[in-house]
Amino acid sequence: MRLSRDAHRLILLALPVSVFALAFFLVPLARLAIVAGQGPKGIAAYASIVTEPRHFESMLVTLGLALAVTLTALGLATVAGLFLSRHQFPGRQLAIAVLTLPLAFPGVVVGFLVIMLGGRQGLIGAITQALGGGKVVFAYSLAGLFVGYLYFSIPRVILTVMASAEKLDPALEEAARSLGASPLRVLKDVTLPGLAPGLTAAGAICFATAMGAFGTAFSLAANIDVLPMTIYTEFTLNANIAAAASLSLVLGAVTWSALFLARSLAGAPAAAAV
Amino acid sequence: MRADATTIELNRCGKTFADGTRALEPLDLTVAAGETVVLLGPSGCGKTTLLRLIAGLEAPDAGGRVRFNGEDVTGLPIERRAVGMVFQSYALFPNMSVRENIAYGLRVRKLDKGEIAARTREMLEMMQIGQLAERRVHQLSGGQRQRVALARAIAVRPRVLLLDEPLAALDAVLRDRLRVEIDALLRRLAITAVYVTHDQAEAMMLGDRIVVMSAGQVEQAGTPREIYRNPATPFVADFVGTVSRIATAAGVVLLRPEDIRLCEVAAGRAAATVETLHFLGGRCQVGLIGGDGARLIADAPPDTPLKPGARVGIAWDDAAPLRLPLMEAAQ
Ligand SMILES: Nc1ncnc2c1ncn2[C@@H]1O[C@H](COP(=O)(O)OP(=O)(O)O)[C@@H](O)[C@H]1O
Ligand SMILES: [Mg+2]
Repeated sequence: MRLSRDAHRLILLALPVSVFALAFFLVPLARLAIVAGQGPKGIAAYASIVTEPRHFESMLVTLGLALAVTLTALGLATVAGLFLSRHQFPGRQLAIAVLTLPLAFPGVVVGFLVIMLGGRQGLIGAITQALGGGKVVFAYSLAGLFVGYLYFSIPRVILTVMASAEKLDPALEEAARSLGASPLRVLKDVTLPGLAPGLTAAGAICFATAMGAFGTAFSLAANIDVLPMTIYTEFTLNANIAAAASLSLVLGAVTWSALFLARSLAGAPAAAAV
Repeated sequence: MRADATTIELNRCGKTFADGTRALEPLDLTVAAGETVVLLGPSGCGKTTLLRLIAGLEAPDAGGRVRFNGEDVTGLPIERRAVGMVFQSYALFPNMSVRENIAYGLRVRKLDKGEIAARTREMLEMMQIGQLAERRVHQLSGGQRQRVALARAIAVRPRVLLLDEPLAALDAVLRDRLRVEIDALLRRLAITAVYVTHDQAEAMMLGDRIVVMSAGQVEQAGTPREIYRNPATPFVADFVGTVSRIATAAGVVLLRPEDIRLCEVAAGRAAATVETLHFLGGRCQVGLIGGDGARLIADAPPDTPLKPGARVGIAWDDAAPLRLPLMEAAQ
């Protein structure tokens, strides 16, 4: 009796999200899968990611970029997050606010900021020119994308690291030190394993975001085609809807696999830690 | 385990934290080689801070010196002081098995594999946790965790062993059992040990000497007997055991419960009314109200015929009252 009431309540509670998932996610996804197979090449459109050199290259560049951004963000944010959670100093709150500022900007604005920094009229170009080293312009290249994505990713990872570090029992590190471990050894044997679940989760989110980032790439109008840009081009300029659809599905599958992998590694919902 | 036990010497060691908290007034303390000293005092009195100064986890304020066997270790970080530490939270590494936890300090010291395995096995046997060797930390009970923490700390054969309320998180029965085991262990190892607790029974049982602390200061240091029979301050008299204050014509007399004899009113040196009676097995604890309204606690035989409300006389031997230096004159 009670059990069935609970079951009813569960169904009721799950209803809104089910309807939402069905209407805005599963149905369009199914449409997308069908559209991808209905182009002039039929089912073969799915293979375009390997058969079409432009698509294949776009995939590789996007994967490489997302991986590089993820690893760099994890490295930098771990150092900064550990420092911020372990030290009290005047201006600490300000430092946290500044480091997490990028959360307030959409990708387009981040791209704009990169142009201000490394574009043709950028700050860095002006400095290097003044120093007589010629004008350094990197905003429209892979380096520009990398800087933009990194800027975008670091806040999330820092917040995760700080949250995880505050949950670590400080006595763990002290115990390791009492047993003779050097600071580096403590980091490797105690701190990083303690942060690992949080880092995995943050890394997965970071990777997924970098795989799908569009705004930054768009505003940089880089001569690099990351996968979301390729999809956009196929869809709007080439009207190759089947290719755009198949690429979308591939992008979704790769990103989803990364999230799934992280979730099973961390043993907890990846997004929950962020 | 070590014939060459280490002497610990603290010289003018005070501690003021960055936020201005004065956790320790500058103090001197010597722990003899092989001795177990218990730091006893209420929560917040600075016991942990003092222990962390000895460990090298905190640096003393300017002018303070920490010496091991005469060697100045004030500037040495904990990883180079060769101290064994046992934390109240156990602080076992959750990403390692019991065996790996115990072997950790040996691995850090780069001993060869055979030696590490042998010494880890020895520790597992000594602490009777051999059957737990491959377990993960989260699969252990509180008592088992405490055994692993002890084994891990002594596996590296530290110069001194520092324990911060190691039994505080355990239930009463387990605490009593582990207390006996730790006592036997410390005697067997003959290692210099500093043991922090707020539990006076634990302090009496384990300490060769007890250092009673209050508000960042040492109130008194001495053997359990000295502390109990000859407390130096009212704080020590009250914190270590129970005292009753009885007003007489000659002044206030301080008595331990076992020194108060309940008798006929006419035969007593003072009189009181029985308020409560608690049967404790081997004896009865009697709560009384004295003529001046002060509350008294006395021991009576378990089969005492006294009832609440009874008027009784209070007697004591001339040698029984506690004599506190300075204090009685002030009262
Ligand atoms: N890191 C710290 N910063 C500021 N104050 C501290 C710090 N650690 C301890 N204290 C303060 O110092 C005093 C003594 O603390 P502690 O040594 O932990 O006492 P106990 O172990 O006897 O309970 C307390 O008032 C405590 O709040
Ligand atoms: Mg403490």
